[in-house]
Amino acid sequence: MVKEIERAGLPVVHVCTVTPISMTVGANRIVPAIAIPHPLGNPALDAAEEKKLRRGLVEKALKALTTEVSGQTIFE
Amino acid sequence: MGKIKVVHYINQFFANIGGEEKADYPAELRKGEFVGPGMALNQAFGDEAEIIATIICGDSYFNENIETTKAQILEWVKELAPDVFIAGPAFNAGRYGVACGTMAAAVKEELGIPALTGMYEENPGADMFKNNVYMIATKNSAAGMRDAVKKIAPLALKLAKGEKIGASCEEGYLPNGVRVNFFEEKRGSERAVDMLIKKLAGKPFVTEYPMPDFDRVEPNPAVKDLAHTKVALVTSGGIVPKGNPDHIESSSASHYGEYDITGVMNLDEATYETAHGGYDPVYANADADRVLPVDVMRDLEKEGVIGELHTKFYTTVGNGTAVASAKAFAAEYAQKLVADGVGAVILTST
Repeated sequence: MVKEIERAGLPVVHVCTVTPISMTVGANRIVPAIAIPHPLGNPALDAAEEKKLRRGLVEKALKALTTEVSGQTIFE
Repeated sequence: MGKIKVVHYINQFFANIGGEEKADYPAELRKGEFVGPGMALNQAFGDEAEIIATIICGDSYFNENIETTKAQILEWVKELAPDVFIAGPAFNAGRYGVACGTMAAAVKEELGIPALTGMYEENPGADMFKNNVYMIATKNSAAGMRDAVKKIAPLALKLAKGEKIGASCEEGYLPNGVRVNFFEEKRGSERAVDMLIKKLAGKPFVTEYPMPDFDRVEPNPAVKDLAHTKVALVTSGGIVPKGNPDHIESSSASHYGEYDITGVMNLDEATYETAHGGYDPVYANADADRVLPVDVMRDLEKEGVIGELHTKFYTTVGNGTAVASAKAFAAEYAQKLVADGVGAVILTST
């Protein structure tokens, strides 16, 4: 899906836990996530801390979208 | 010569430990045991070989801790010193396929012990490892277990005995790019003409040199002015309004959903859930923002960091879903996103 969105001309960032799969699939901007069942969350944290964690990841995703890349890039 | 010693790797599901709720099961070594598909393999080996140990690991645990788990399993395998290592088969289970490919390739490359695995050709683990290690082509579900065992067992014995391995079409493994010189009976010009005649007649023919499939898309230029850009959320994590109104399948999805989130400030338990059958749904059902971060996007919208959050999100279940389907879904909704003036997309996957 990430490739088809890119092909349509839209910059896209893939937020996912298993980044090697994202590399194989062909995503160009990749942000590693927390865990498979909760990529943008962590149920072990309290609600406020969890949201802060999620915000951090989304900000990283936005940073990836505003960064020029020449090939597949993982934004650690 | 004694029996050939085999070590077998399987996931928590095939070890009868549990489904997605047990996918975080850490790696475990069971000496002297064979479980699940190991029973079928052991039977197929007859007197020639036996499974001396089974290594089990939850699929999520493996993929979330690849390096440490790989090191631990390698240590066990090294100590067990089998004649051959078998992982899976994984069919179309993505995380399991990655685990099987990782372990089979690592055992072969780092320990020098012959290894093989098996999976469906669209499993993400296939593209990642089919050139590193023998990988038997299987069907896309465990219904193909018998067929898979029929090919895995003989290839495992051949590898253990150091016998010559035939071509992919003879042994049943996924083509791995290795070419072997041999003399054809007919010369090239004759074969080419035969192929051309078949092609002209609309008959099936087999190419001798398949063109490599480099389906890569160049990255688009970065977003210049985020504060005036409409950003859309898309997911393969199966987030849907409560009740899954469009009945998106929990695996092998046949369609995607388009849902309006105008005025929705966050995805709560009462109104959203996941339709995905390939991961433990507890956390996403309790708070779907953990997969599709609407709450944070609303904050960023309010603060002016992004121009706006697109009023619709697109979703499907990326669980055993055919690559061709996923491609078609995204090709379609990407056009809608463009038409709606979206300037950037965040795609989340579980």
